[in-house]
Amino acid sequence: MPAYSLTVNGQRRSITAAADTPLLWVIRDSLGLTGTKFGCGMAQCGACTVHLDGQPVRSCSTPITAAAGKRVTTIEGLSPDGSHALQRAWVEEDVPQCGYCQSGQLMSAAALLAAKPHPTDADIDTAMSGNICRCGTYNRVRRAIHRAAGDTAVSGGAR
Amino acid sequence: MTAPAPTNVSRRDFLRVGAVAAAGSGLVLGVSLPRRTDRGATPPDTFAPNAFIRVGTDGAVTVMVGYSEMGQGIMTAIPMLIAEELELDWTTVHFEGAHADRAYANPMFGQQGTGGSTTIRASFTPMRQAGAAAREMLIGAAAAAWGVDRAGCRAENGAVLHAATSRRMTYGELATAAASQPVPQNVTLKDASAWRVIGRRVKRLDTPLKVTGRAEFGIDVKVPGMLVAVVARCPVFGGTVASFNATRARAVPGVRHVAQVTNGVAVIADGYWAAKKGRDALSVTWDEGPNANVSSASITQLYTELARAPGVMARHEGDAAAVLAAASRKIEAVYEIPYLAHATMEPMNCTAHVRSDGCDIWAPTQFQTASQGKAAELTGLRPETIKVHTTMLGGGFGRRAELDFIIDAVEASKAAGVPVKVIYSREDDIQHDMYRPATYNVLAGTLGPDGYPSAWTHRVVGPSIMARMFPQFIRNGIDNSSVEGAADLPYAIPNIHVDWVHRESGVPVGFWRSVGNSQNAFIKESFLDELAAAGGKDPYELRRRLLAGQPRLLGVLELAATRAGWGTSLPAGHARGIAVHESFGSYVAEVAEVSVTGGVPTVHRVVCAVDCGPVVNPDTVEAQMESAIVYGLSAALRGEITIDRGRVTQSNFHDYEPLRLSEMPRVEVHIVPSTAAQGGVGEPGTPPIAPAVCNAIFAATGQRVRRLPIRLNA
Repeated sequence: MPAYSLTVNGQRRSITAAADTPLLWVIRDSLGLTGTKFGCGMAQCGACTVHLDGQPVRSCSTPITAAAGKRVTTIEGLSPDGSHALQRAWVEEDVPQCGYCQSGQLMSAAALLAAKPHPTDADIDTAMSGNICRCGTYNRVRRAIHRAAGDTAVSGGAR
Repeated sequence: MTAPAPTNVSRRDFLRVGAVAAAGSGLVLGVSLPRRTDRGATPPDTFAPNAFIRVGTDGAVTVMVGYSEMGQGIMTAIPMLIAEELELDWTTVHFEGAHADRAYANPMFGQQGTGGSTTIRASFTPMRQAGAAAREMLIGAAAAAWGVDRAGCRAENGAVLHAATSRRMTYGELATAAASQPVPQNVTLKDASAWRVIGRRVKRLDTPLKVTGRAEFGIDVKVPGMLVAVVARCPVFGGTVASFNATRARAVPGVRHVAQVTNGVAVIADGYWAAKKGRDALSVTWDEGPNANVSSASITQLYTELARAPGVMARHEGDAAAVLAAASRKIEAVYEIPYLAHATMEPMNCTAHVRSDGCDIWAPTQFQTASQGKAAELTGLRPETIKVHTTMLGGGFGRRAELDFIIDAVEASKAAGVPVKVIYSREDDIQHDMYRPATYNVLAGTLGPDGYPSAWTHRVVGPSIMARMFPQFIRNGIDNSSVEGAADLPYAIPNIHVDWVHRESGVPVGFWRSVGNSQNAFIKESFLDELAAAGGKDPYELRRRLLAGQPRLLGVLELAATRAGWGTSLPAGHARGIAVHESFGSYVAEVAEVSVTGGVPTVHRVVCAVDCGPVVNPDTVEAQMESAIVYGLSAALRGEITIDRGRVTQSNFHDYEPLRLSEMPRVEVHIVPSTAAQGGVGEPGTPPIAPAVCNAIFAATGQRVRRLPIRLNA
């Protein structure tokens, strides 16, 4: 099997994998980073979202060949200690329920804030609607993004 | 999930006890707290007075939780109950998922399992007792150390104080001595007015793990030497393997074993991707069995025919048949409900390690006792050698009360001789579920001269969950899970008849968040709306009148209507619908505000009022109502599993698509302050949402939705 090298959460990693192996399974099975989740395998749910050279991608549908030589950031690399503004806001709003989709939600939200530090509700709709949550935490996700952005004028969501 | 119904206490008896305890009042209650059967597991120098509490010499308190955390917040709520009586410094409290053990049996089931919105009701008294017993032992240890009367000592914030001498010892300092104190036979629980933790918005203890990727779900389990399996299953329900050829599967790099198992053929490999490729390369000839020609159309036809003959009586009051026969005007309707998959975000999975001397199972399961029993049956090992480790559950909704994934993992590990983790692809998960039953319902009603309903009949035709899972709970020919929410129609209508026609369709059915209530609430609340329209009554005012003798239903109905501004003006094209329902001991009313454009409904706002009795954590109650509403809304707007040639047509989130963030309505939850009997909160928010939305659609467009999911004329 061919060898690939990529930078994951700042560390250079080399792995061998079949060329069609999705980045998701390289991250989970080869590198043992299980914070990134398998949800659908066809880029429908966003649970596997990671950053590839800073851009959010669905790692379940990104073959390793497309990630070779690039920088990958997973939930484990979002901050060293859970202190990213979004992670703190997620705690403040008590966003997660079962929690399974939340790594993907956070990675999508982090890419959004990096591109738009003060997103509108419409921006959030666009950036976050690819991430399915079966527990229905959507209104809290929205509030937490506004909170992390330091925006108090929360127009969407409960309460 | 509804019952594995109680084996030792009836639900009614339990609720009565719960009600007494819930009323608070500092009752002295007998304590009978189990210790774990594997006592050797307790670390030395630790005060572990019962199976639920460990106090370390450093003062750290760990609460062992034997319930499954699937999002409902139980890893926080159980520690809150213990912390209340143990007088803990909340910042020192940790939770730990407990291994399966008899000590953690759900008192409402007599077995270890999480479902039926039972956990808080089942734990509210025992967990507070566990905390109180530990507190008394710590106080006893301090009094002995100081040589003072224990009556002069009290516990506060993780320490025992003796006011007269201004002495203080922390729980950590007392842990070793407390372990040799006698376990009290009786403890006094605090009066509700003295609660400091219960009723507070406490932050969930599991959130830090869940925002950093550190929470361990079943799919994340890593065991040395572990392989990963993907199972080829017969696409037709009830089909079996006729033969298979594994040559191409074995040629996939990384594939180690191919083995026939009960549910099909397992391809076992170094990792998921190799296993899945191996499974895709496998050639299996299936014996499709008796269901190969079953389709959604054939099921509808079957149920339509069956609906013509009476079923087993589930409720009978007055003489509805005679009143309807004499009526000059009858309102008649057929309501049809589709199959639904659970589609938890974490696909089904399980890891097992079968050895000659025992078996370890790591599973996101709602039903530990049955998992243990099934593994013992499959391996021939004694149940006490089967160790079940419950991981975090990436959603449950009743799906994880099933055992299919346990069976797969145990059999695959047995075949491979190493630990094996079985993972379902999303397609496997959608196409091999135990579905919410499809049902066919015939209703009829009539109105008295005053325009109020005078008779109501409802015939439910469908399959039975209990017939497969717990046949012992079919009583007098009735599976209560099929008629719950229909037979217990709460409205003051003098003549009521509800019956049930049972027929399996070949599609396996299981517990789906709120079970029979999820469909029967839709039918009963929609049909009541039909009667309101026929009688020229306001749907809210009609419910108020017919619920005059039901104070808790009336309470939430009025609260939701008031907060939603029932009767006040709305933007053009918007309309409100209302529904109210009791399930799992809780009372929920919801008002939905909807508009319809080009045949597509948009839900703008949902106002929810809930009365679930004494609340442990209001934030959790709100979160569960939000969650249950979204779950029910996804189903109402789009949820449908259809059958063709014995197979499920849908396969993934592109054709079984839950609600997305951009479609999420505003949700406002109002909790009724209540000291009445406690109810559950995981499920009761789901039943009212579909009828509230459909009643709003009727108000907006005049179109009555009698078949889910909602499909409107443009």
